Amino acid sequence: MIELHLAILPIVLPLIAAPICFILGRSQWCWLFATLISGLSCAASVGLLVATLDQGVVSYAVGGWQAPWGIEIRIDVASALILSLVSGISTLVLIYANQSIAKEIDTSKHALFYTAHLLCLTGLSGILSTGDAFNLFVFLEISSLATYTLVSLARDKRCLIAAFRYLIMGTIGATFILIGVGMLYMKTGTLNMLDLADKIAVIEGNRTLNTGLAFILIGVSIKLALFPLHMWLPPAYTHAPSAVSAFLASTATKVAVYVMVRFIFSIFGAQYVFETMSMDIILLVLAIIAIFKCSFMAALQSNMKSMLAYSSVAQIGYMILGISLATSAGLMAGLLHIFNHALMKGVLFMALGCVAYRVGSVDIKSFRGLGKTMPWTMAAFTIAGLSIIGVPLTAGFVSKWYLVTAVFEQQQWLIGFVLLLGSLLAVVYIGRVLEAAYFGEVSQQQETNIKEAPLTMLIPMWVLVLANIYFGIDTSVTVGAADAAAQWLSQPHISGAN
Amino acid sequence: MNIWSDISPDQLINIAIILPLIGAALVILLGKYPNIRETASLAIATLLFTVVLSITDNTFAQIPMTSHWITIIPHLSIAFNVEPLGVLFALVASFLWIVTTIYAIGYMRGHKEKNQTRFFCCFALAIATVMAICFSANLLTLFIFYELLTLSTYPLVTHAGNDAAKRGGRIYLGILLGTSIAFLLFAVLATWVSAGTLTFTAGGIFNESQSKGLIALLLVLFCYGVGKAAIMPFHRWLPAAMVAPTPVSALLHAVAVVKAGVFSILKIIIYIFGIDNLSQIATTDVMLYIGAATVLLSSCVAITKDNLKARLAYSTVSQLSYIVVGALLASSVAAAGASLHIATHAVGKITLFFCAGAIMVAAHKKKVSELVGLGRQMPITMIAFAIGSMSIIGLPPLAGTWSKWYLVVGALESDKLIIVAVLMISTLLNVAYLLPIPIKAFFNPSDNKRPRWSDINEAPLPILFAICVTSFSCLALFFYPQPLIDLINLIPDVSTHVTGGS
Repeated sequence: MIELHLAILPIVLPLIAAPICFILGRSQWCWLFATLISGLSCAASVGLLVATLDQGVVSYAVGGWQAPWGIEIRIDVASALILSLVSGISTLVLIYANQSIAKEIDTSKHALFYTAHLLCLTGLSGILSTGDAFNLFVFLEISSLATYTLVSLARDKRCLIAAFRYLIMGTIGATFILIGVGMLYMKTGTLNMLDLADKIAVIEGNRTLNTGLAFILIGVSIKLALFPLHMWLPPAYTHAPSAVSAFLASTATKVAVYVMVRFIFSIFGAQYVFETMSMDIILLVLAIIAIFKCSFMAALQSNMKSMLAYSSVAQIGYMILGISLATSAGLMAGLLHIFNHALMKGVLFMALGCVAYRVGSVDIKSFRGLGKTMPWTMAAFTIAGLSIIGVPLTAGFVSKWYLVTAVFEQQQWLIGFVLLLGSLLAVVYIGRVLEAAYFGEVSQQQETNIKEAPLTMLIPMWVLVLANIYFGIDTSVTVGAADAAAQWLSQPHISGAN
Repeated sequence: MNIWSDISPDQLINIAIILPLIGAALVILLGKYPNIRETASLAIATLLFTVVLSITDNTFAQIPMTSHWITIIPHLSIAFNVEPLGVLFALVASFLWIVTTIYAIGYMRGHKEKNQTRFFCCFALAIATVMAICFSANLLTLFIFYELLTLSTYPLVTHAGNDAAKRGGRIYLGILLGTSIAFLLFAVLATWVSAGTLTFTAGGIFNESQSKGLIALLLVLFCYGVGKAAIMPFHRWLPAAMVAPTPVSALLHAVAVVKAGVFSILKIIIYIFGIDNLSQIATTDVMLYIGAATVLLSSCVAITKDNLKARLAYSTVSQLSYIVVGALLASSVAAAGASLHIATHAVGKITLFFCAGAIMVAAHKKKVSELVGLGRQMPITMIAFAIGSMSIIGLPPLAGTWSKWYLVVGALESDKLIIVAVLMISTLLNVAYLLPIPIKAFFNPSDNKRPRWSDINEAPLPILFAICVTSFSCLALFFYPQPLIDLINLIPDVSTHVTGGS
């Protein structure tokens, strides 16, 4: 029974749980319930990953209506990998959130936080599993609306402006995607992704199709914060509650990158997007500018949350760069980086949350001397920071290795060099924090007042830290799955098989 | 007698890398009891040396030793493999670790330094990474531990924690991480993509299928990517790192870190490019002359420095480039000289740094100009300083003679008379910036008093002991260089036998 409906569990579980959570009302109950649900959908996702590695694709017709008329849930290795990642991080963040939001969100809004978090998880899982283009838009909107709510929950009132800005940009993005999907429907008469791919493959040089592609790519680029459409992201991540930033930074934008991969590789086809429409050059240039401009911006920030936000935009540049290479190796490096970057950014934002919890501010000045007073938090920050820089034996090194290898295989020596230079900027912005933490002057008062963060925050953070190291040394799982996913996505599909 | 004879040769590598790690853990655990902590450090250092000695025995017996840890990327793993050049470096580093530990005990206590536990712990970690670098079987392993060495020595450089130390640390980390990520990682990846392997192989891994231009570019990238070799203009980190406590400067910046740099260059040239192929690479001569320029320029800078440690730092920059030049001369004799220079320069330079530290602890003096007449107060230290200086210059009967000898022979053999001239001029410059120090210390014209025993105010005993051991090593290596030379002759394509002329 469970096996039969496994594919829909990651969507349905949090969806049903969200209103129940709201009814429960009490912060502690909501916390336990939401964590449990998130854990269950994580288990289901891992089950799906195992199933897809085994049999390739898991297909499920919602309500028994067969595709292309009904909505199809279609999970392949790529989606199962990211699904496990998203639900896993969601669970860890929820465990962490209990203490963290106590400081950052009014008690009356705690139930709302857990509800919105579960809805966001629903949306993200839906995006990852659906096989229907319009359905994808619906789930994207569910997750986005939940996200706007989450961002606006913080006590700091500046979050309202940030959330509003995010709302405007996000809605424009969503509208663009909707228009694009509408054009595809107009041209092909179907919304099922497989069906779309078949019909698009036979259409040649059609202006509606080209316009549709443009609308969709721009819409998705806003959602994933590709430079120069990233302006909503830094304020939103800076002013949102720490637990929310940790969750969004490691999942929401990653899922949007996945949407782009889906549209390019499974719907439009890499050949049409990259060769006929020459999107690779555009994406490549934007990705490189993103890496440099935003790493540079990150080094200039004095608020460490906005430093990490800019760093996220830069890291998204790496993923897009991998995709823009239009090779299976590049796509694989991009997918791998989605996974690895989620691990490191999760830790970094959680560490900032711990600092905010104990010190009350995440300004660079308040990091002074934290190496002594909060050793575990800063050790976690250090390891994840080294991972961002791409120091060997961390997950970051592995994804950088594959990315640069993929670039070199195309004989693009200069771009490879540029990539490596970009990671030097990460040395600067991570180094600033470490220097303040380990060599900054400490005031007497600080030394006595500040304690290490509570265990419920440290443990989930350290689980991710260990994951950073583990996936930096034993890469068989991540590389294997990303490789299988990339192979699967970049080969042309024939729907007759289904 | 050999306590390690029961253990399989392959395990010896793992033990050599893990022993210092155990040492680091012990240091942290025993942090509250300084005496036991230091005893543990010493015991581990001595054990490590015996391990390396039995690895050396096995190397002479031609027993292959390999160890495979984990496959990080398909067909690429962290793996170790013993070869003679690595053994040579491991011998030097592990022997001097013992001496430096003794010295550090005297220095850190005499100077009342803080955070001694962190100091001894990072020290042990650095040695563990050095051992891993020595025995690395492929470029990836070398790169990984090269980076870890930088990171583990950073807290040592910034040990003092004041602004000067932070600035020094920033330059240190900036240049070493910067060059290694921008150039070395680039070169490693490009090698991987174009040659399809990163395993160190006798004779090199490149063949006809790689373009000449790419290989020429790679040579430059490798030379500059290994920033620890301090080839100009990426040498600034070395003087900057001199803010560290003297034992750190001594072991890390005369032995472990800088020698890891030149060792990596030698290893890459011997096992990735192949000495015989060097002459066909267009950029070999370019890098050779940049190395030669570094030799001369930094010697000139050294003359102008009044701060003793800064002078020694620039002297190190210059001496490191001897090794780079030797490696790039494309001659088996010069490569032998370069390998030998790793050992001879190490004992000479560490003696000088030990002396500088001793002067700082006992007389609180840092500048060369303040040392006039100090021979009366610190006779043993200043005699050792004279021995170390003469070894660096290459005067018999001291160790430096042999390496310089082979370097010059190698330069002659490959008909590079300019390099011979550079080496000779550099020797004169060495004389100019090193010898006046002991001479003025002993022969102070303005001081006419008779020397008295009560004038003597030497550094603490552990420091003196360490200084005596290293200066004695300078002498010993002149009279008994044979074991090291035998070891070097085992390196493929490297030999002290002159082939030309007949």
